[in-house]
Amino acid sequence: MSKKLKQTPKKSLFFINKNTEPLFSKKNRALLSDPLDDNNPITVQVLGICSALAITVQLKPAIVMTLSVIAVMGASNVIVSVLRNLIPNRIRIIVQLVVVASLVALVDQILKAFAYDVYKQLSIFIGLIITNCIVMGRLEAFALGNGVWKSFLDGVGNAAGYGFILILVAFFRELLGSGKLYGYQVIPEAIYELGYENNGLMLLSPMALITVGIFIWIQRARNRKLIEKN
Amino acid sequence: MNRDSNSYTFLFAGIMVLVVASTLAFTSSSLKEKQQENVRKEQMQNILSTIGISVSRDEAENLYKKFISEEISLKSDGTADPDVNAFKISLKTEIKKPLNEQRFPIYIADVEDSKFYIVPLFGSGLWDIIWGYIAIESDLKTIKGAVFDHKGETAGLGAEITEDWFQNSFKGEKIIDPDGKLMGISVSKTNNDPKGEDKEDYEVDAISGSTITGDGVTDMIFERLNHYMVFFNNLKNEPNKEQISNHIQNHKYDNLANSMYTGLLQFDRGYVPRKFIN
Repeated sequence: MSKKLKQTPKKSLFFINKNTEPLFSKKNRALLSDPLDDNNPITVQVLGICSALAITVQLKPAIVMTLSVIAVMGASNVIVSVLRNLIPNRIRIIVQLVVVASLVALVDQILKAFAYDVYKQLSIFIGLIITNCIVMGRLEAFALGNGVWKSFLDGVGNAAGYGFILILVAFFRELLGSGKLYGYQVIPEAIYELGYENNGLMLLSPMALITVGIFIWIQRARNRKLIEKN
Repeated sequence: MNRDSNSYTFLFAGIMVLVVASTLAFTSSSLKEKQQENVRKEQMQNILSTIGISVSRDEAENLYKKFISEEISLKSDGTADPDVNAFKISLKTEIKKPLNEQRFPIYIADVEDSKFYIVPLFGSGLWDIIWGYIAIESDLKTIKGAVFDHKGETAGLGAEITEDWFQNSFKGEKIIDPDGKLMGISVSKTNNDPKGEDKEDYEVDAISGSTITGDGVTDMIFERLNHYMVFFNNLKNEPNKEQISNHIQNHKYDNLANSMYTGLLQFDRGYVPRKFIN
């Protein structure tokens, strides 16, 4: 240990050696931007589909869910990355689960005390974060093997990539399904009088799957890298 | 220390559990008071909103004290139980007790000379519990307003019961038929009255895609109100104090006057009661 310290004497706050890599190097920036497109958790990694179906009926819960997932993923990736050399291999999944679950419980308690209205809106979705495969997936695939700062970027990036698709799907589902956006009526009454009807099917889960499918189609048509070779 | 050894694994798990448990326990107990305060104020806010008073959560307490004149816990026979604080009754636990031990909270509001009776509701939706309050006007059959809330209904479907448009459709509906039988309010899918213009059909229009939550609302309203029917019937049959005292005042001398009058009448006809002759 002491030998190692001598070799890299300057350590920054996030355990990164400033001499070798700046905080937002190209590689680190890619950690943030990749999950938005090339390595999107929903459309490419196919993680977190279940919650994407459940909470995209309206824009509001989708946005709030995005924010809470960003917070939880950032924090849990940091914690697991800090502990990565201490966590016993055989119970690592349990440890990850405990970290995520206690963070979620903390967020839940704090919101209930200080932001009761937000808490009421979220109640069920906060619990859903634990079951979100993205969180565990990134802990297992990235945080366990990488430094703290990189893990943080990876967590935030993936949560943002997830949230981006979530908000996009919710936008179309709310607009076409109930003619509203963020709870406000946007399709004018006059159009309904001409015979337009809200598409009730958009409110049901299968349409979320189909919408996500359409996004994957568009993304692959645009981004040739993603198409399998065989 | 060998990270793969059993003892290290147990040690790590033990420390982790201790740290996590104490952090969570500390947060939970230090925030508890603030959380309960929020819940209490929200309850007041909900009760007030059924009688058409919408306030922010912080002002709820003052207005609640101003408008809610009585909190009564009723026994199953419709009489009040002064030992139980109605506001503190949690229907979630109360509902599991045997019927004669249950207490049924009711709130009476006095707003500008009109009286409203507010009944708390509790039932189950699709995923979890649903609850709410329903205010009944002083004719004891028209709904003044209703609020509903839920723990985990689906957003956009069952969760719509918290929306104004759904709650507003209850306003003015009747819950009791002209014969005095409790009809409740059915959340109906086959209601040919989507705008809710017919206020005597004991039905409101349902929400698409939330049949089971809607049925939960229907059942909850009927089941809860059913327990208050004894109380409402007593209220209806019991003339108020003013009427009674007027009645006594007007008819104070009736008995005496009646007997004297019939006595004189008979005397006049030449009839003398037997006891006077002997």
